[in-house]
Amino acid sequence: MGKRRGLEVSVGAAEAVAMADVDVIAAYPITPQTHIVEHLAELVNNGELDAEFVPVESEHSALSVCIGASAAGARTFTCTSAQGLALMNEIVYIASSMRLPIVMILANRSLSAPLSIWNDHSDAMSVRDTGWIQVFAQNGQEVFDHIFFAYRVGEDPKVSLPVMIHVDGFIVTHVIEPVEFWEKEQVERYLPPFKPISRLDPERPVTMGAFAMPQLFTETKVAQDMATTQSMEVILSAWEEIYKITSRRYRPVEAYRTEGAETIFVVQGSFGETLSVAVDELRAKGEPVGLVMPRLWRPFPFELFRSAVKGAKNLIVIDRAISFGGQGGPLAIELRSSLFGLPAPPRVINFICGLASRDVTVEDFKNIYERAVDGSKAPVFQEDFQFYGVRS
Amino acid sequence: MKTKKPTPYNQLSKEEFFLSGHRACQGCAEALAVRLVQKAAGRDTIVACATGCMEIVSSPFPFTSWNLPWIHVAFENTAAVASGVEAGLKALMRKGKLPQRDIKVIAMAGDGGTSDIGLQALSGALERGHNLTYVCYDNEAYMNTGIQRSSATPFGASTTTSPAGKKVPGQITWKKNMPEIAVAHQIPYVATACPSYPIDLIQKVQKAISKPGPAYIHILSVCPTGWRIPSNLAIKVGRLAVRTGIFPLYEVEDGIYRITQKTSKLLPVKEYLTIQGRFRHLTEELISQIQERVNQEYELLLKKVAMTQGEKKEE
Repeated sequence: MGKRRGLEVSVGAAEAVAMADVDVIAAYPITPQTHIVEHLAELVNNGELDAEFVPVESEHSALSVCIGASAAGARTFTCTSAQGLALMNEIVYIASSMRLPIVMILANRSLSAPLSIWNDHSDAMSVRDTGWIQVFAQNGQEVFDHIFFAYRVGEDPKVSLPVMIHVDGFIVTHVIEPVEFWEKEQVERYLPPFKPISRLDPERPVTMGAFAMPQLFTETKVAQDMATTQSMEVILSAWEEIYKITSRRYRPVEAYRTEGAETIFVVQGSFGETLSVAVDELRAKGEPVGLVMPRLWRPFPFELFRSAVKGAKNLIVIDRAISFGGQGGPLAIELRSSLFGLPAPPRVINFICGLASRDVTVEDFKNIYERAVDGSKAPVFQEDFQFYGVRS
Repeated sequence: MKTKKPTPYNQLSKEEFFLSGHRACQGCAEALAVRLVQKAAGRDTIVACATGCMEIVSSPFPFTSWNLPWIHVAFENTAAVASGVEAGLKALMRKGKLPQRDIKVIAMAGDGGTSDIGLQALSGALERGHNLTYVCYDNEAYMNTGIQRSSATPFGASTTTSPAGKKVPGQITWKKNMPEIAVAHQIPYVATACPSYPIDLIQKVQKAISKPGPAYIHILSVCPTGWRIPSNLAIKVGRLAVRTGIFPLYEVEDGIYRITQKTSKLLPVKEYLTIQGRFRHLTEELISQIQERVNQEYELLLKKVAMTQGEKKEE
């Protein structure tokens, strides 16, 4: 294994992108994504990374440049947050539908208005249905490892889809952490060169991005959905290989102290690490509580999730985004529907908190637990969810 | 036997890259222009195409009219997509992942995709200096969606969103001067062209692709459907646009202006306007307003030619 280096997570992410031998990087600055692309620009301008850095005039163009370059056969990377993602939204759908294995880090940030540069998952949830493979990384090491994972999975000819890595803005991107680097040879062995099924080549002309009449549109979409679902096998083998190289085990649904747990917290992203401390403290007091973290967001591992929460009476689902006028946060809505029809499904108690980086501490998670297990304090079920930590 | 004098036209490749069978309207001068541009650019070309008439008529899956590598992504981003293709090829060739080869990248879009929704991406691509040629096929409105006005629609034209009404006589703004916007980016080559002058068009495409860096070609593409003219008049109307000075053919090479189709005396704009249904409602007064504006703009162009040609002589 390579050296452990203490560095800012953004810098580590950029170093991993460089180690993946990326050919084209296109990005437009937006907080808190900036440090990742700044470091890549530095590597390119210092001659440490042989790649084209295209400093585009918008995020819409950033992803468009990646599409053009990927179609030409290049390994591409882009990175954005919130408003930038919203601006490129049109192209986010097209990238996956054209089956181009672009890799993007989304430094998660709240969507305006009011303008906020801070972290939550409103941007992540806005692209749930865009057809990208999506994973949540909780810390610097996970971000680093998942760069190689993303290219390996996305570029697999059986998959051929773009991959998005969700990283909590500031809370993860801007902290300094020890990150264990991979050796160059390990990267090369894990990640073969990108060999696209077809590319823009005058020797073998192809038409990419044709339009389809209603007679064929549905079939192309079904094929895309099948590719997304079937990518699970490639995803699992890519994580298995990471385990062999690094001894770090990644799973579609991570579980912590769920044995015998009557109440299970469900979260995504960096909340998991804080929550694990809360779970330890509650367990120490004899509370039967555990934690489940769906790492893989698309394709969603429904079966694995159901078995991870099997036997629990309560699920406390923490959302960091709102579905205005909906039945709670997007994560809770998804999970509740995945449990529907089970013989004895756990009760889903949904809390929405931590918007725009508002701190949710170990104490807060313990308060949430208390509210959830005490029926009198639990969410009113006409609404099915509750905001936590709102100023009165 | 007398041999034919070689011209750019008879020296063109016999090979077709934009194939027959596409769904363009009868008499579409834009389809003709696309065919000529690609013939001039040749085999080693990759095309990025914006959403619009040419995309729709040429790529109804599973059919294609493109005998070239071709990519369509969206409406407003063709300059960015072409930038990506260029950057990708550059990186792959430099890193030895692809063999070295001179592959031309051509971006194409209509007037809406260029002067309205695609202007930002185009400006970015020109400013960054990618080695690509951007071709705007200007048929002066959103023809694909049903003849809505764009910023390239000329003053006085009746379209479905600038209809000639009792109070407002159609489009009341003057055509956005896209070639000048391209010139303002100080790129190596900018030109106007029209398929009614095929040799001029071919020469300009060949010049554009052979110059390193970005090039911009603005092609007036007569649209019989949208301009309300009989389909057999497309070439003639294109000629009149040039000969009246409404659409002068010129190029700006490294900042130096040159008129490529000289006319000793411009024809009155009336000859161009009155044969088109989209201008049928124009009064004499409006026609003379247009005439005045065309005269002014043509004079200005002549001044630019004189000024920049003068600089060239001093060098």
